[in-house]
Amino acid sequence: MNARLGSFLRFLAGDAQADRLVPPTGYTARLTVFAAASMAFLAVFALALSLATGRVADRWGEALAKSSTIRINAPVDQMDAQVLTVMDILATTPGIGNARPLSDDEQRALLAPWFGPDLPLDQLPIPRLIEVIEEGDGFDAEGLRARLAGEAPGAILDDHTRWREPLVRAAKRLRALGFVSIVLIGALAGVVITLAASAALAANEQVIRVLRLVGAQDSYIANAFVRRYTLRALGGASVGTVLGALAVFLMPSSGEQGNFLTDLGFEGWQWLWPLLIPPLAALVAFAATRQTARTVLQEKR
Amino acid sequence: MIELEQVSYGYGGSTLLSDISMKLAPGSFHFLTGPSGAGKTTLIKLCYAELTATRGRVSLFDQDTQQMSRDDVARARRRIGVVHQDCQFLDHLNVAENVSLPLTVSGRSLEHPSELDDLLAWVGLTPQRDAKPPELSGGERQRAALARAVVMSPDVILADEPTGNVDWDMSLRLLRLLVELNKMGKTVLIATHDMNLIRSAKAQIQARVLRISNKQLHQAGADL
Repeated sequence: MNARLGSFLRFLAGDAQADRLVPPTGYTARLTVFAAASMAFLAVFALALSLATGRVADRWGEALAKSSTIRINAPVDQMDAQVLTVMDILATTPGIGNARPLSDDEQRALLAPWFGPDLPLDQLPIPRLIEVIEEGDGFDAEGLRARLAGEAPGAILDDHTRWREPLVRAAKRLRALGFVSIVLIGALAGVVITLAASAALAANEQVIRVLRLVGAQDSYIANAFVRRYTLRALGGASVGTVLGALAVFLMPSSGEQGNFLTDLGFEGWQWLWPLLIPPLAALVAFAATRQTARTVLQEKR
Repeated sequence: MIELEQVSYGYGGSTLLSDISMKLAPGSFHFLTGPSGAGKTTLIKLCYAELTATRGRVSLFDQDTQQMSRDDVARARRRIGVVHQDCQFLDHLNVAENVSLPLTVSGRSLEHPSELDDLLAWVGLTPQRDAKPPELSGGERQRAALARAVVMSPDVILADEPTGNVDWDMSLRLLRLLVELNKMGKTVLIATHDMNLIRSAKAQIQARVLRISNKQLHQAGADL
């Protein structure tokens, strides 16, 4: 283990003389750096997307799972009596932490996006809404529905399950797709670096021939290429990550009216996640170039 | 040191060398001659395992090349100095870096840095120390290749037409360097079709002359 660690540290530290043996190739060098920077930039966004959808899924899952609504449809003259009946039922139902009828202003605010701000609620047959907040393990929804049906026939319990679950499922799916995107970006980076390394090895056939002639082992020749491409990927990915993080940071602030799109970004310690991208890019480049170098050197016996 | 036993080599369906047997003993000096295209370069390449025999056995330092791993071959090549007709340098490195290339790739260094200067002085390349290979003349390139071949103090030196691109004076100068190495105990094999060079060498040392003709290796006669 120590020997392997020592070998890896020596690889990272490099050998100034060995590094000079492979001539710098402008085309493949620029290609690798650009590819690594672009992939890192995209990976930051994919990461931000995944984390943002994760937060949305959690928020919808937790917040809405704890709340329900009871809608009371009754003639205007029976409305207040039904509300009182429902409130009595709720007061004696285990698992309910708080219940309150929405005020006219709150109902008006809910309807404002469709009917405008000055809706005359008292002149319209609009149902009354009661917000129910759970506590502990929650309440028995079926039992409550049965009691409401018996004692307040116009009251209907909506525990949000019908529309909350598809939304949470969609948010989780989106988060998974974000992570799949990151994996695909990593794989694509590996492919591009493999192609660049192959081109460099083909262009340096004469160098390989001379190094072998003077007794260089294949691992030595491979390391000269691998180290170069690993460092290029690390440098390019670092630049791409900084630019990506900066772009996410400069996204418009969500403020009070925030929604999913304006929430795209990192929160608190999540800003540390992008720091993993450059070393991962270097790791991908290391693996891709080493495999390529071994394969090419094997073929060029 | 290097031994070929009934070795044949073919490529693309045609046989280039057939049933060759040869042994390079320590401290011996050999010339390999024959017309252009006879297979001298192929035989040299078999001697340092750049090519693999299609039949027979090639041994480097008592190891069968067929049984050697790539790393074994690389280690064996550090004991063999090769001078090619086209020299084969890394053009982005200067002469001093090219000459010390075998040391670099094997992770070794000279005991004293001045040894490299001495080596360059020995082959007359001190003024060209920092020049890049494309800036050198044909003779300078051959001498640089010779310096690179001997920098590791190898046991065997294989030179493929080392005087092919140089004038007679430079040919004699290169020959003198190779003779000096042989007198230091190195085994030398020179592939050449220059009979005057062979006669000049035989006047200085005891050299064995081998000739390739009709794909086979023969001991050359005294008329050389």
